[in-house]
Amino acid sequence: MSKDIRIRKGFNLNLDGEANKIFAEISPSKTFALKPDDFFGSTPKMLVKEGEKVKKGTPLFFSKNNPKIHFVSPVGGDVTAIVRGAKRKILEVVVTASESQESIKHDIPSIDKIDINETKEILLKSGAWPFIIQRPYGTIANPEDKPKAIFISAFSTAPLNVEYSFIIKNHIAQFQKGIQVLNKLVPNCVNLVVDGNFSALFEQISEVNLTKVTGLHPAGNVGVQIHHIDPINAGEKVWVIRPEDVVNIGKLFTTGEFSAQRTVAIAGTSVKNPQYYKSTIGSSIYSLLAKTQLEDEKPNRIINGDVLSGSATSIDGYLGYYNNLISIIPEGNDYRMFGWLPFVDNSIPSMSKTSLSWLFGKQKAKVNTNMNGEERALVVTGEMERVLPMDIYPMQLLKAILIEDIERMEALGIYEVVPEDFALIDYSSTSKIEAQEIIRQGIELMLKEEG
Amino acid sequence: MKFLRKSLDNLKKPFQKGEKFERFAPAINAFDTFLFVPNHTTHKGAHIRDAVDLKRTMVTVIIALMPALIYGIYNTGYQYLAQTGEAFTFMDAFIHGSWKIIPMIAVSYIVGLTIEFIFAIYRGHEVNEGYLVTGLLIPMIMPVDIPLWMVAVSVAFAVLIAKEAFGGTGMNILNPALTARAFAFFAYPTYMSGNKVWVSEASNIDGVSGETILGSLAAGSDVSYTFFEMFQGAIPGSIAETSTLWVAVGALILIFTGVGSWRIILGGIGGAALMGFLFNLWSANALMSFDWMNHLVVGGFAFGIVFMATDPVSAAQTNKGKWIYGILVGIFCILIRVFNPAYPEGVMLAILLMNVFAPTIDHYVIEGNINRRKKRWSSAQLKTT
Repeated sequence: MSKDIRIRKGFNLNLDGEANKIFAEISPSKTFALKPDDFFGSTPKMLVKEGEKVKKGTPLFFSKNNPKIHFVSPVGGDVTAIVRGAKRKILEVVVTASESQESIKHDIPSIDKIDINETKEILLKSGAWPFIIQRPYGTIANPEDKPKAIFISAFSTAPLNVEYSFIIKNHIAQFQKGIQVLNKLVPNCVNLVVDGNFSALFEQISEVNLTKVTGLHPAGNVGVQIHHIDPINAGEKVWVIRPEDVVNIGKLFTTGEFSAQRTVAIAGTSVKNPQYYKSTIGSSIYSLLAKTQLEDEKPNRIINGDVLSGSATSIDGYLGYYNNLISIIPEGNDYRMFGWLPFVDNSIPSMSKTSLSWLFGKQKAKVNTNMNGEERALVVTGEMERVLPMDIYPMQLLKAILIEDIERMEALGIYEVVPEDFALIDYSSTSKIEAQEIIRQGIELMLKEEG
Repeated sequence: MKFLRKSLDNLKKPFQKGEKFERFAPAINAFDTFLFVPNHTTHKGAHIRDAVDLKRTMVTVIIALMPALIYGIYNTGYQYLAQTGEAFTFMDAFIHGSWKIIPMIAVSYIVGLTIEFIFAIYRGHEVNEGYLVTGLLIPMIMPVDIPLWMVAVSVAFAVLIAKEAFGGTGMNILNPALTARAFAFFAYPTYMSGNKVWVSEASNIDGVSGETILGSLAAGSDVSYTFFEMFQGAIPGSIAETSTLWVAVGALILIFTGVGSWRIILGGIGGAALMGFLFNLWSANALMSFDWMNHLVVGGFAFGIVFMATDPVSAAQTNKGKWIYGILVGIFCILIRVFNPAYPEGVMLAILLMNVFAPTIDHYVIEGNINRRKKRWSSAQLKTT
């Protein structure tokens, strides 16, 4: 039995440089890094020192909030650097891969025989637990919680984003196995949400509640899907997990080894040959871009993730823990004369009818990082509601966060959203408001308050 | 273009951080960003941004105002010349109107923008574009013969008291342009009402009379204009309010570009039509029996509901709230017209009144949302226990 949901609000950005469905081979990265910033809400405590030898699956650090949650090395090698920033905050833990790849092997009993506690134990000690994220707030799940459901969104609507059915296609058995494991954690409440137009691949998966979603971005955001399928109420927890990490869990329970597989699409306006690469969590951007030809008239911005909610990195950076996408677009640090006049510069994709870009909706737009204006007081109303398909008043929620009114933030539903749900508000705002940043601050405030 | 950019960059040097005139940066930036969309790139949040910004939005409103303004200038000349009995062309009328109205616009912009710039420098933020619209609206809703110094005082009052006192653009409760008009209306009533002010030179030349339709209705006399004349706008009134036809063109621009709320506009027309219709049934006096269709095309109703009630800052902010707000503006406008002959023009007071109540309307809409969430929570509690 599957349900169908159609999301009417939102906006699809049809950008130039979408990844072609080809897997290209690249030689594996020499260095790998875990970045604690990828794990929102957890503070790292190191378990290894610089120079120490590690195997694939050796814990590098754990979370101070919950010492049972280990973050393990994606490869065997030597810890070559622990990069720290201001206040000695750990930014990167770099592992240089060695020739001989050793890995830690765990004993996995037959999946039919293990119970919920054993399952959790295996996920925790193998280092696969951080794949499981909780809602509210998008932090790593707390193993002690009893979530009401697990959600997997295999539907992506963000600009240039990957097609999960293409990634999962070759790993369907492992994906099914991963689903079985998740059913141990939350029996009969594993929700798989797929693209309503291309659902054939996932229809063969059993032990899931399948929901077919169609519609505009952010229909692929798991938060939006949860809101429409089984909304989170105050105090409730839902766990979410990304499709490729379901495969990683499946592999772990097959081989007994931590699996750090990560398929990456490299896409964007600046990329001449956008395509997919098979890679590993924490690979260096430099190694990933080995076969990518870039347009180089202008400096480019390399983004871990999609252009709306990703984070900027550089050629010296590393692939984000959860990212299946690297977007590369040109920087837009130039002036546009009289660019504020209505109906000029229609090549910039716009949600607003003060631009004629809607006439060119079918064309793939080339974008850059220009702000296209300056930050202003909030004047225009109603535009945020157009891109947030939830029963939430976005502007009122943002204002409640700005005045740090925790009671009102809760009343207005902050526990249903994460920054990525507000990414299109960033994009379309007339006043150039930084909505994702405000939501992040609000969530941090809530985490501090709840302790 | 490159040369211009370079000279601008040179000119801006003393205004940069740590330099001599750093404090005055908002002033020079206002001019610079008027020529060029700046080269700022995104540094947090979404990496790409929409082409729309506040300048573009505000300029769209100005474009939407143009048809009404141009017709208003022509009509100013027409009303005067038609009564003098001499033959005249469109250009004669337009020139007469321009002679009267362009100085008013200039005064409004000079006084208002000066205050805006001073506050931007004092508060250290960029100059907001909102006044570009307000500054044009104020002369458009004044009677043509109001002395320029009164325009200046009204503008200063509106910007200082209605806007900056509340914290500037985006924070005001009342629509600044209507506040300017209301101030003039109560401070200088002899220049703002009666039967001498609505036609150019009417108070100086005996042969010229200048009574508005609503004014004569309130006085109990008959109206000699047809519906089409009133719709097209060759009638006495505030400068740009008379032509419902050209206001409607502006309304279409606002609705199509999404800059003006169609919910407020439609709600307002619906509310006014309903109220007018109900009074038609009652028909106790000339204003009550004035056909409801005519109510929509005389006076400032059309202009007010399209350009003033839709001001997003002072209107209701939720979509449901916008319907309620619009409908109530329409209802109160006709109610004030009919029941209070001292103020035959009800739309100004109706909008200002609803500006005050807009936050209350939103409050109840949002409470509804909060309660929905609470209900969902308690029904979930019931299920688990």
